[in-house]
Amino acid sequence: MAELSIPDMSLVVLVGVSGSGKSTFAGRHFAPTQVLSSDFFRGLVADDVNDQSASAEAFDALHHVAGKRLAAGRITVVDATNVQREPRAALVRLARQHHVLPVAIVLDLPESVCLARTAARPDRDFGAHVIRRQRADLRRALKSLSKEGFRRVHVLRGQDEVDAASIVVEPLLNDRRAQTGPFDVIGDVHGCLAELVDLLAALGYVVERDERGRAVDAHHPLGRTVVFVGDLVDRGPDTPGVLRLAMGMVERGHALVVCGNHEQKLVKALRGRDVSTGHGLAESLGQLAGEPPEFRARVEEFCDQLVSHYVLDGGRLVVAHAGLPERYHGRASGRVRAFALFGDTTGETDEYGLPVRYPWATEYRGSATVLYGHTPTPEVEWVNNTLCLDTGCVFGGKLTALRYPEREVVSVPARRTWYEPVRPLLPTGPAAAPAPAAHPAPNSPDPTAAETDGAEPDGAEPDGAETDGGEPDGADRTPRGEPDLLMLADVAGRRTVLTEHHGRITVRADQAAAALEVMSRFAIDPRWLLYLPPTMAPTATSALAGLLEHPAEAFGDYQAAGVRRVVCQEKHMGSRAVVLVCRDSSAALARFGVEGHGAVHTRTGRAFFEPELTERLLTRVGEAVTSAGLWDELGTSWLLVDAELMPWSAKAGQLIRDQYARVGAAAAAVLPVAERELAAALARGVPVADLLDRVTRRAADAEAFRAAYRRYCWPTRGLDGVRIAPFQVLASQGSTHHHRPHTWHLAVAERLVAADPELFAPTRSLAVDTADADSVAAGVRWWEELTSAGGEGVVVKPEANLTRGGRGLVQPGVKVRGREYLRIVYGPDYTAPEHLSRLRQRSLGGKRSLALREYALGLEGLARAARGEPLWRVHECVFAVLALESEPVDPRL
Amino acid sequence: MFLTLTTDQPPATDLGFLLHKHPQRAQSFTLASGTAHVFYPRADADECTAALLLEVDPVGLVRGRRDSAFALGQYVNDRPYAAGSLLAVALGAVFRTALKGRCDARPDLAARPIPLRVRIPALPCHGGPDLVARLFGPLGWRVAATPVPLDPVFPEWGAAPYLDVRLSGRALLSDALKQLYVLLPVLDNAKHYWVAEDEVAKLLRAGEGWLAGHPERELITARYLVHRRPYVASALARLAEADEVAADELDNSLADAVATDQAQPGALALARRQRVLAVLREAGARRVLDLGCGSGALLADLLAEPAVTEIVGVDVAARALAAAERRLRLDRMSERQRARISLRQSALTYLDPALAGYDAAVLMEVVEHVDPGRLPALERAVFHGARPGTVVVTTPNAEYNVRFPALGPNRLRHPDHRFEWTREQFRAWAGAVAERRGYRVRHLPVGQPDPEVGAPTQLAVFTRKDG
Repeated sequence: MAELSIPDMSLVVLVGVSGSGKSTFAGRHFAPTQVLSSDFFRGLVADDVNDQSASAEAFDALHHVAGKRLAAGRITVVDATNVQREPRAALVRLARQHHVLPVAIVLDLPESVCLARTAARPDRDFGAHVIRRQRADLRRALKSLSKEGFRRVHVLRGQDEVDAASIVVEPLLNDRRAQTGPFDVIGDVHGCLAELVDLLAALGYVVERDERGRAVDAHHPLGRTVVFVGDLVDRGPDTPGVLRLAMGMVERGHALVVCGNHEQKLVKALRGRDVSTGHGLAESLGQLAGEPPEFRARVEEFCDQLVSHYVLDGGRLVVAHAGLPERYHGRASGRVRAFALFGDTTGETDEYGLPVRYPWATEYRGSATVLYGHTPTPEVEWVNNTLCLDTGCVFGGKLTALRYPEREVVSVPARRTWYEPVRPLLPTGPAAAPAPAAHPAPNSPDPTAAETDGAEPDGAEPDGAETDGGEPDGADRTPRGEPDLLMLADVAGRRTVLTEHHGRITVRADQAAAALEVMSRFAIDPRWLLYLPPTMAPTATSALAGLLEHPAEAFGDYQAAGVRRVVCQEKHMGSRAVVLVCRDSSAALARFGVEGHGAVHTRTGRAFFEPELTERLLTRVGEAVTSAGLWDELGTSWLLVDAELMPWSAKAGQLIRDQYARVGAAAAAVLPVAERELAAALARGVPVADLLDRVTRRAADAEAFRAAYRRYCWPTRGLDGVRIAPFQVLASQGSTHHHRPHTWHLAVAERLVAADPELFAPTRSLAVDTADADSVAAGVRWWEELTSAGGEGVVVKPEANLTRGGRGLVQPGVKVRGREYLRIVYGPDYTAPEHLSRLRQRSLGGKRSLALREYALGLEGLARAARGEPLWRVHECVFAVLALESEPVDPRL
Repeated sequence: MFLTLTTDQPPATDLGFLLHKHPQRAQSFTLASGTAHVFYPRADADECTAALLLEVDPVGLVRGRRDSAFALGQYVNDRPYAAGSLLAVALGAVFRTALKGRCDARPDLAARPIPLRVRIPALPCHGGPDLVARLFGPLGWRVAATPVPLDPVFPEWGAAPYLDVRLSGRALLSDALKQLYVLLPVLDNAKHYWVAEDEVAKLLRAGEGWLAGHPERELITARYLVHRRPYVASALARLAEADEVAADELDNSLADAVATDQAQPGALALARRQRVLAVLREAGARRVLDLGCGSGALLADLLAEPAVTEIVGVDVAARALAAAERRLRLDRMSERQRARISLRQSALTYLDPALAGYDAAVLMEVVEHVDPGRLPALERAVFHGARPGTVVVTTPNAEYNVRFPALGPNRLRHPDHRFEWTREQFRAWAGAVAERRGYRVRHLPVGQPDPEVGAPTQLAVFTRKDG
């Protein structure tokens, strides 16, 4: 039984004349959805599977669908005669476009069989001459198929071979997903054997030496595997020694090596091709000349069979010499190989006329970690889940490895400068002027050179021709520069954010459009913006006379949700503020890449104060954190705190004057006059007693309304009079804190208050057991005391903090606002029975749902920020909260 | 909302006949906005005062109006107290017959001017006490208007936009009512008031006999008839609300600049566009980005340039793009013209690959709307991401502001401007950007340069060095 092997993700092109049994064959070996038949598509576009006049449209549609499948990496079988060269060429192009390998399976059956089968089908009316012409085409095809770019050509001659055939899907050579490590990924070695041995020792490997004392293998006692990012050779003092060690490790299964551009060029040189010997190739050739011919042959074979990249650890890790965008991961084509070895350029040139490096890493949005080398940088820096490990050892920098999955960086210094860079390595850091990388490229490597490995492309098509094959040099300038670049596609349009605590949360395009304007025009630098506070639902509406909200419902609802211990926190009437404070400016620069000490921003990400005032405020906050000892206790150099900033008038002053104060002023101007005139009429015996009562009550309501907003207004000058009431630690280096009970958070707040009682305001609280009537009564009493003394109200939260119930997340808190405070929200007269009865019919469902979605998005963003995930991953959560806030929900809730 | 009408012409109680409301009774009328009450605090032969009190139902007013229900300003506002358009409507309804000048019981009285006093304790007035005098004075009223303090507890907040107004004079009662009916909404000029098509006829009827000769008739007509859109809370307004700022502080993408060139309104804007077009022609730009296109004034000019084959108007404000679409009448444009232009919502603080590969990009009066701290992001998006061959940037010349008398000292030309640069500051920024990004830069004046402070607008042309 013949096994026909086809590479994973390939495009399988069936070739055979009408009646050769292609559809039967496809149906036996592939799932129906994997097979795209030209007949079927003719039917789709023309309602007739035999309508040859519809062929062009049918193939257009077929190619479109095939393209969608190949883009998703799915094996796709094209069931059409494909006996002519032109349609086959189109399919080969399609495969290359999606970086998958085209495979041909030819069904070469006797003419008589095909004729008989065709004649037996009532729907086929073409004559024998058609079959004969197709047979002639097929014979020509058999001679040329392998030259057309098909990576495998399987020919089945006769029905017996067709019946006996079976299909085997082979993984691609780059597919090492089954290898889960742990790995130690090592950057560009460039012949620096001594440093490589140093690094292996630092990583805990035991080096084996041969009888002449030469390193020939290294293994790790814990079974770790080394992955070299390529460029083992050239420039350095001992390229043969490095190759000997690396080859030994690979042979014994202790290491993997991906191909670097220098290996590829070395192979050409060893094969006697005419290549320039610059960039350290001359050194390698000189050193190898001193080795026996067998060793040179071994080197040539080793370097020649290196694959362009590896996909490891279930797809979570990708190693490629010059990096690799996500769409190329696990793919095979000349273009993929060219990118993996040489990187890409934008097609532009810089002021020196040198090609500008394409900033693939800043645009990288994949979930797999990509490790690479190729471009020397003084210090490694994560850019969107990618890391360049070339730290210029041969230029006197250091040799660097990353422990995976631990993500620990291990470096050893170069013993000396082995090769002079044209320009010294530039110091980096976000402050350094960003600049496109320049590549002196006197020679253009040929990325289309033939390869021998089975599943790698042979590059029959010069896919990589548009790349310049830039040769990075020590003179190279860092291509990183701007890792914080956010893409419009990170936020715009309809998007879904996957959250740990609430599943997928969708942001509609119109919501995103509004948020884009606010975020772009008004918000602070997104690198400071880790979190926007979620909205909070009020408690269920109270039925008690004269009240809209009362704590009894909050306690009852939490008890019903299975939450016994809740904490009531005093609600400060100020403005919600998020405070990000860094220990010092160097910590801020290192973690966030921005100058300064942090940020103080509003619910929509706007700065509270101008920069100079912000810095002064943050200095004081930082000093309080220091004297409270929180930096060390939390093991962090930055702290994100949720707080209320007071007075309300500090931020909302304009709104208070333009909206609330005006209402009070108009009422105070008119109602007393109306009262007097009504009293005069009443004194005359005109029956206006009821109306007078109402106006008198409204005058009192208006005064109460004025009193309500006045409580939250006091003058501030600069920072004088500004107070901050922190109530939750949101995140710090490596940690979020939503699993810590609120008692812990309030204790931290207390310590800040103790450290700077002038700036920080305490948040009073009371624990309540929702199942204990006395405790509930005490909670109610406390709310009554607070609100009758002018307090805004309380927030009731599960004491344990993040809580899940039988139906998912429990509300993280509900607000219970005081009767007088609610005048500001519902209007001066809302307590009048005729108004209150209608206002009670408020619907809370939308607000509650929104509160949970925003809460989950907030937590997700914090978790990502704490893990140090790329900016775009944090920003999409922050942006989504802002977008959801544009949802039309009753603003009085 | 409340006003009183008083006469002291004996027998003063005849006012009851004139108003068709009995002085000894309290009468109520149900209106769409609430209940209107008429009563007489005084009614004797020497003096008679009629009072109109409108009890607005603040809850009912917004219930069931889903389109506009989600803005806090709908719930907490001055309508239950201030004598604005709702009171005028009530006046017209309750005193309809009196307003027409009909009085079957005392026809001679209705046809004769009588001494009248009007008191409006809380008159919303956009324009200050002076405007009340300008509107009522020419009609023969003596006007006393006292500003109402915003909040006596916070004297530093100053006056509220309400006046306690007393008018006195001799007039036909029907004229007095008509004048109040028209002028209350004109003074209020508030958002919740908008007019229907038949409002012109109403104005002509109510203005009969006094409006035609009024020196402020243009202002009165314009304000009375202005078609204000019903207040629909935009998504942006909701975000403003979440942040406790006024909606127009965020939703200001189409806000007008402070009127600077009063002599020739629009002349500077025209000069700016002409200069930009000249620069684009000189650069031979065929595919052009208008970054921050606003409502599309430059887009219209670009469409008129035959050499320009592709125009992309980009703005971050959806409202601006919608305005541009209307202005350019994209839906009626021929297919060939339509193919030349597209509009795109994008933000210059994000990298948008769709903006790459154009010949030229124009940032006309855009950079000054970006916080200084976000300018590096804009620089990256434009000069690194989009990287067109030519970039044209215009921005106000702050030094020239002293030549705009309408602009107060240290004031900016637009409420959303985050800064305005002197010539030196602009040159420093432009030079640094050009240096970092591989461009050459030259500067051109826009508008008539002043020997001392330069041109009103500055313009920089960046040319990519690698062409």
